[in-house]
Amino acid sequence: MRAPVRIKTLTIDGKEVSAKEGETIWQVARENGIDIPTLCYLEGLSPVGACRLCLVEVKGANRLLPACVTQVEEGMEVTTNSERLVNYRRMILELLFSERNHTCSVCVVNGHCELQRLAQRLGVTHVRFPYRYPDLPVDASHERFAIDHNRCILCTRCVRVCDEIEGAHVWDVMGRGIKSQIIADLNQPWGTSDVCTSCGKCVHVCPTGAIFEKGKAVAEMEKRRQFLPYLTIMRGGKQ
Amino acid sequence: MTVDELQQLVAKEQEAKQRYKSCINVCVATGCIMCDSERVKEAIEEAVKERGLEKEVIVKGVGCLGLCSAGPMIYVEPEGIIYHKVSPEDAPAIVQGLISTPVERLVCPSEMPFFKRQVKIVMENSGTIDPERIEDYIAVGGYQALMKVLTEMSPSEVIEEVTKSGLRGRGGAGYPTGLKWSTVAKANGDRKFVVCNADEGDPGAYMDRTILESDPHRVIEGMVIAAYAVGAQQGYIYVRAEYPLAIKRLRTAIRQAERLNLLGNNIFGTTFSFHIELRIGAGAFVCGEETALIASIEGKRGTPRPRPPYPAEYGLWGYPTLINNVETFANIPSIIRNGGDWFAKIGTEKSKGTKVFALAGRVVNTGLIEVPMGITLREIVFEIGGGIPEGRKFKAVQTGGPSGGCIPEQFLDLPVDYESLTKVGSIMGSGGMIVMDETSCMVDVAKFFVEFCMSESCGKCIPCRVGTYHMHELLSRITSGIATMRDLELLEELCDLVKNTSLCGLGQTAPNPVLSTLRYFRNEYEAHILDKSCPSGVCPIRRLEEVPV
Ligand SMILES: Cc1cc2nc3c(=O)[nH]c(=O)nc-3n(C[C@H](O)[C@H](O)[C@H](O)COP(=O)(O)O)c2cc1C
Ligand code: SF4
Ligand code: SF4
Ligand code: FES
Repeated sequence: MRAPVRIKTLTIDGKEVSAKEGETIWQVARENGIDIPTLCYLEGLSPVGACRLCLVEVKGANRLLPACVTQVEEGMEVTTNSERLVNYRRMILELLFSERNHTCSVCVVNGHCELQRLAQRLGVTHVRFPYRYPDLPVDASHERFAIDHNRCILCTRCVRVCDEIEGAHVWDVMGRGIKSQIIADLNQPWGTSDVCTSCGKCVHVCPTGAIFEKGKAVAEMEKRRQFLPYLTIMRGGKQ
Repeated sequence: MTVDELQQLVAKEQEAKQRYKSCINVCVATGCIMCDSERVKEAIEEAVKERGLEKEVIVKGVGCLGLCSAGPMIYVEPEGIIYHKVSPEDAPAIVQGLISTPVERLVCPSEMPFFKRQVKIVMENSGTIDPERIEDYIAVGGYQALMKVLTEMSPSEVIEEVTKSGLRGRGGAGYPTGLKWSTVAKANGDRKFVVCNADEGDPGAYMDRTILESDPHRVIEGMVIAAYAVGAQQGYIYVRAEYPLAIKRLRTAIRQAERLNLLGNNIFGTTFSFHIELRIGAGAFVCGEETALIASIEGKRGTPRPRPPYPAEYGLWGYPTLINNVETFANIPSIIRNGGDWFAKIGTEKSKGTKVFALAGRVVNTGLIEVPMGITLREIVFEIGGGIPEGRKFKAVQTGGPSGGCIPEQFLDLPVDYESLTKVGSIMGSGGMIVMDETSCMVDVAKFFVEFCMSESCGKCIPCRVGTYHMHELLSRITSGIATMRDLELLEELCDLVKNTSLCGLGQTAPNPVLSTLRYFRNEYEAHILDKSCPSGVCPIRRLEEVPV
């Protein structure tokens, strides 16, 4: 006999919705036309709940919950867009802009950047925190790609896609706190990595212009992620 | 080892002890070793030999006696004399003192409130047994609780006893231990794990280190009992690498327990088997957070992950895992031996038993204390701690380390329990307690803890990684006298963000030192900003007119 699929009913922003057991708040919201902002989350990669942009209010819960990893429960009352949440999201983006050197006007993904798009959508018009202007390297040692740490927001999508999808595990994180940085292999130039297959998956999952294809001028780089849902379905995972 | 053999060992040890007239216990925990207690011990052994008293006097290395600031400490039995600040040169006099009168100038009055007001459960053997001899522990009733559990009790009876005791986790959050155990016991899994959290990263805290150095078997016994209760086969003790002595004694203790079959396969000849391995942490505060700790044991980067799922359901390698703090496990043998009801009689309605604190800062007596829950802060600071030195004025007491807050004078009569401390904006935490007097600047104190959190943030989530950085920047502006009231507003808004949106407890509690000092000492913040002066004279604010042109 087939195992029963349990259906949960809940409300999201006052709208009554139903969902399959095991689905996350983010998935159910999207199915119902509610787009909760995300940065670290990418369908097809394991969710890490790190950027905190997708935090939502759930009635009765004593803290805000990340929609990308929180599974729906019967009778949940979810609010995704209160003034408080929007303020928090704006401030998180302000923190990101202050952390590294995000100079959109000279960036290869200008106009196609998830960080930029989110800032526009949420109305982040200025940053109240002093910029840190850190001195960060650009690693252009790879034949076809480059990584500019100035534009990295440490979402670890590159780390996950390389490990979970490509199986090469070139990328990882070193250091901690504000000193964290993405590294190739054992902190060596990307071009010297023996395991990198040059598949370019990290380039295309990177939400910003941090990892890009060489030879692209300002605003010329667009990211193509169609391979991710495709691969997940082909591997028998759920879309 | 069988039950009978254990009893025989107890009898043998007690008989051996009775052969000696006196016992000189020299503290060999880290605090006293730092002030040369090992040489003191050697000198005393020498002096005993010189006088030919080897058959009458036994000299023993023991665990912490509490008054760590006055080490090396010595405890003489059966007279119960406590000596402090002993040097190797004092050895002959101390041995002579066994026959004539005690050495007056070294005697530490044992009726002083520092000793009198304490209630010892976790530290009951600390200072009287040799932590490197399992026989010493067994002689004072060690492993009797384990024997009782394995031979007379079912796992659910054990959990019931722990639940009845009202014990709550001593690692900081105070989660009911019995409830956690029953969750793990009920969780489905063909394998289960028990993990002892000995990462102890709070600055200034050394309760767990001391317990492990003074009475390691107690923690092991607690873990084996827990393993039996939840159905685990494998245990890990996660100790930080900065604790070499604790690691050494744990290794010795595990080996000894295995040799006596109190650990390993078929413990006490039953079908129950449990193994313990050590895992050494590389010195990250965040690795004390349970999910980061699990990642670290698995050999991954020690960063937290969102909960749920909790380790009780999904822990080490995805199996149900019980994680408890060192002190939590150390309470277990006493609870089993004396019963949950006995334990529940100590303390307050919701906080049972005792708590070990590392009392530090501006008090006369600093060191390690074990007090019943519900004791007031005033009793701790002014009776046990002996008050503020040099006639200065008390200002605040900080509990809970970087996750806690500063409690001002008006709450000195507050009972020390989980709820009361939380209500006034601090937390019980793992047991750090720092007393501050009028010479401490509260903005500076807040900045110190924020700096700690900033450098210990793992960097995974944005609010904590970047938020604590800016909190520290803003506090630095305030302490240098260049901040505006706008900066203060921004700081408050940022604290709210970091507290409510961070992924793990580190970020969620990092603003507490700022928020609690803002709550009770806002005037000090304003003095730095508006008057450009530090009321306590700590912060090096230079007035504009003083700056050379
Ligand atoms: C940043 C952070 C650091 C922690 N450090 C410790 C620690 O050093 N020791 C500890 O026992 N618990 C620590 N904890 C609490 C653990 O996550 C966990 O709650 C505890 O080990 C559970 O044991 P208990 O129920 O016996 O208290 C820490 C929590 C956080 C968020
Ligand atoms: S390089 Fe890109 S994908 Fe990788 S962590 Fe940085 S921003 Fe994310
Ligand atoms: S709150 Fe801080 S320590 Fe915890 S996950 Fe976030 S960055 Fe890491
Ligand atoms: S998208 Fe959920 S935390 Fe980043």
